[in-house]
Amino acid sequence: MTEALPTLWFVLIAVLWSGYLFLEGFDLGVGMLMKLMARDDTQRRVLLNTVGPVWDGNEVWLVTAVGATFAAFPYWYASLLSALYLPFLLVLLGLIFRAVGFEWRGKRHSDTWRNGWDRAIALGSFAAAAGIGAALALTTTGLPLDANGDRVGGAFAWATLPALLGAAAVVLFCLVHAAAFIALKTDGGVRMLADRLFRRLLPVAMLPFLAWALLVQLDTGSVLTWLAVVVAVGALTAAHRFSSVGRDGRAFAALGLGMLALVGSIFGAVFPVVLPSTIDPAFDLTVQNASSSPYTLGLMSIVACFGVPLVLAYQAWTYWVFRQRVSESSIPAAHAVTAL
Amino acid sequence: MEALEIARWQFGITTVYHFVMVPLTIGLGLLVAVMQTLWYRTGQEHYLRMTKFWGKLFLINFIVGVATGLVQEFQFGMAWSEYSRFVGDVFGAPLAMEALLAFFVESTFLGLWIFGWGRLPRLVHLLSLWAAVLASVFSAYFILVANSWMQHPVGVEMVDGRPVMVDAWAVFTNNTALVAFPHTLFGCLAVAGAFLLGISWYHLWKRRHDGLDTLGPDGTVVVGDGGGARDTADHTVWLRSARAGAVVAMIAFAGTGITGDLQGKLMFDQQPMKMAAAEAACHDGTGFSILSVGNLGAQSCEDITAVIEVPGVLSFLANGDFTTEVKGVNTLLPEYQEKYGTHLPDDPMYGDLAGSEIDYLPVMEVTYWGFRIMIGFGAVAAAAAAAALWVLRKGTVPESRWLMRLAVFGILAPFGANIAGWVFTEMGRQPFVVAPNPDPTGIDGVFMFTAAAVSPGVSLPELVTSLVLLTLVYAALLVVEVKLLVTYVRGGTASAMPELARPEGDPGADGGRKDDGDVLAFAY
Ligand code: HDD
Ligand code: HEM
Ligand code: HEM
Repeated sequence: MTEALPTLWFVLIAVLWSGYLFLEGFDLGVGMLMKLMARDDTQRRVLLNTVGPVWDGNEVWLVTAVGATFAAFPYWYASLLSALYLPFLLVLLGLIFRAVGFEWRGKRHSDTWRNGWDRAIALGSFAAAAGIGAALALTTTGLPLDANGDRVGGAFAWATLPALLGAAAVVLFCLVHAAAFIALKTDGGVRMLADRLFRRLLPVAMLPFLAWALLVQLDTGSVLTWLAVVVAVGALTAAHRFSSVGRDGRAFAALGLGMLALVGSIFGAVFPVVLPSTIDPAFDLTVQNASSSPYTLGLMSIVACFGVPLVLAYQAWTYWVFRQRVSESSIPAAHAVTAL
Repeated sequence: MEALEIARWQFGITTVYHFVMVPLTIGLGLLVAVMQTLWYRTGQEHYLRMTKFWGKLFLINFIVGVATGLVQEFQFGMAWSEYSRFVGDVFGAPLAMEALLAFFVESTFLGLWIFGWGRLPRLVHLLSLWAAVLASVFSAYFILVANSWMQHPVGVEMVDGRPVMVDAWAVFTNNTALVAFPHTLFGCLAVAGAFLLGISWYHLWKRRHDGLDTLGPDGTVVVGDGGGARDTADHTVWLRSARAGAVVAMIAFAGTGITGDLQGKLMFDQQPMKMAAAEAACHDGTGFSILSVGNLGAQSCEDITAVIEVPGVLSFLANGDFTTEVKGVNTLLPEYQEKYGTHLPDDPMYGDLAGSEIDYLPVMEVTYWGFRIMIGFGAVAAAAAAAALWVLRKGTVPESRWLMRLAVFGILAPFGANIAGWVFTEMGRQPFVVAPNPDPTGIDGVFMFTAAAVSPGVSLPELVTSLVLLTLVYAALLVVEVKLLVTYVRGGTASAMPELARPEGDPGADGGRKDDGDVLAFAY
């Protein structure tokens, strides 16, 4: 049993990242679309309000994925974050601007103020998506790590093709995912825009993700993980079909399934390596040599057994409470705050 | 400048900044939840206004706490990878639990509360706020468990040179954490109390200044009705808030005193050097110093003279009696050197510092004054709150503009106390990042020098880049946050309840959208 714990935690961390990509995927995308799709202030506010009640909860999936990595695989956490120092700095700055932008954008009645925050939200979302995509791709394709797990080759040693591929994969996924989400959550003009965008983007947007999955499969794939890629391709095709016949809900779900299958195929293929070293395979961080003690993993497993289902339950409830579609007519007029 | 120094500055700056937002979030969150509960139970208008107004300020501040908290979660791995590898087995668990058990609840239910006005049943809406607020209290507990383990490692065994958790119960009931937790909570409440008092004072003053409230023949207030957001209920909002703030601030200070005394006693056992440094106590049996002069920063005990000393107090703080001799720096230094060595090992993990002499004495200027600023600012704020409560017995505040300014700027005092307390705690732990424990209940031999904790692979330019960028961004955010808070404070309750600002009969700017079921009660 104790030998299986590190594997269990590897699976759990893959689940946390999947949850993060699935949930924050659309709100990062919505952030970018504030600039790319919305045509006027009311449309921007429609977009903002589709994720308003949930984006912070979605972001905690990232905090938990990173925290769980610290607890379960301290060596993975330490090596990945220190090796990717600048990309994670970019992610953090992006998330900071995005978060304050969401909350503060409507707090002052001025066009310059709102435009400024719109830009911060869009760029911040882009930076976060790109940085996280690069980091996830690199943890599956490898970094130049020495025997201690420290990066060699300088501050930009991570700037490789897989990093670019991962960044493109996650950014583009966020954009289509957001288009599907907006089509599902809004009504009126915004919904039509999103619908169109979704069908146009889908055929190309998932290509980098697919390429990343194939890159990993060609190296260490198994029958099962290849099968997951096939499932993903099927789901993505179905997503397009559903959208053409106006089934927004199913299109959104099928796209999500496609992404989850790809992530599953990637994590499945690299197992049991969590962070390969491109210098020497002997320095690879694996599920076994990077993990915490069985005692800690056991404790965390008990906590996760209660915690994760609970989180899923109340977050699902939130989505149900706010299930109503948002449209331009449901946005109240902005009010100015003036001194007495 | 070395990577180590930059990394320490960065951690200090980012964490202190996070802890500017956190106490207000925790303290104000609790008070807003109480206000909404009162509204739920009594249905009185002024409680609704209080909930909305203070809730708005709470949210403006909350988001910066979230944004800066994210940095905390990542920076252990980014800048302190050796530290993360060393402590991961024990330290990661409370951090992950904080995210899974506290942050999820906090952010999800806060979203429900913000957007749930008018959509959720009133009780569910109220409970959402309580869930979010209690989760933030819970998150403080988890993070303090993590921090307390650095101050007083328990529940572990050394395996291959690394601590491995063997007793989670011991880690989560670390006595250091159990006293730091209430102490920190009281510190948070002190902040919230002063915040309520200062801002309400401003509004009571403004009402008098604008001629709304006047004094009757017996000196008590005659409340005027300015209509809209400045009717008589408005006066009740500020008076209740001011009184509540003053009472909370006083209770909170008493709470910090009682729990702080317990912390002092633990510190005497667990980190005697920190205790000695807090007092600039060079010789055994030094009294509690009110003022010590000499070169505190000289890192030596040669020329420090206590000018005013109260005998017995330090013994009491440390041990609960008036006679125990508290060990001074001169006695402790040789003890530490004997136990933990005089020089850092000649190991590449110590970088440039490998083989150099270890300085066991924390920067006394910082510990000595940090301790006094914490207590002093807290005491001043509490005394001011007591005086304010006395003044408020007439139902309003004097017309003096200076007193109003004092009340508003007084909000900064408990913030200062909190920051000083942390700087003292963290700097007093140096040169260790995980402090060893001479006391019998701790496990000796579990410790780590700060010099060994930084990321070996991260270059100086990277650290400088992040330090500069984060500091600039944080400074900009602080300016914007304060400006926003000021704007919303100036707008009074109407800034959180636009319906109050509208003259009678005007359906409002969105009058064209009649279908109320469709228009969001709250929207970004
Ligand atoms: C409004 C804030 C505030 C106020 C009025 C006080 N404190 Fe405090 N103190 C803190 C806010 C704080 C803090 C910032 O929250 C700290 C930092 C670490 C901790 O656990 O709490 C702290 C730490 C701290 C420590 C260090 C613990 C350690 O290093 O392990 C001691 C000994 C005290 N306090 C003692 C006191 C005493 C005797 C006070 C007398 C009234 C007092 N504090 C008032
Ligand atoms: C929120 C309140 C806190 C404040 C204000 C604070 C403040 C500081 C400061 C000023 C330093 C720099 C010390 C130095 O340069 O000598 C520091 C270092 C550090 N603190 Fe804290 N700290 C806080 C809480 C925590 C907590 C809760 C943890 C752990 C979970 C922690 C972990 C660390 C670490 C790892 C370092 C770096 C190593 C060092 O220089 O000592 N701190 N902190
Ligand atoms: C005594 C010290 C600390 C306390 C009491 C504390 C408490 C809190 C609270 C109440 C929040 C909610 C948002 C807000 O601050 O307004 C928060 C946010 C956060 N804190 Fe801290 N914190 C402390 C130090 C730290 C440290 C050292 C870390 C690093 C691990 C950390 C990680 C975070 C994270 C990741 C968030 C964002 C959570 C979200 O997205 O909702 N905190 N913290």
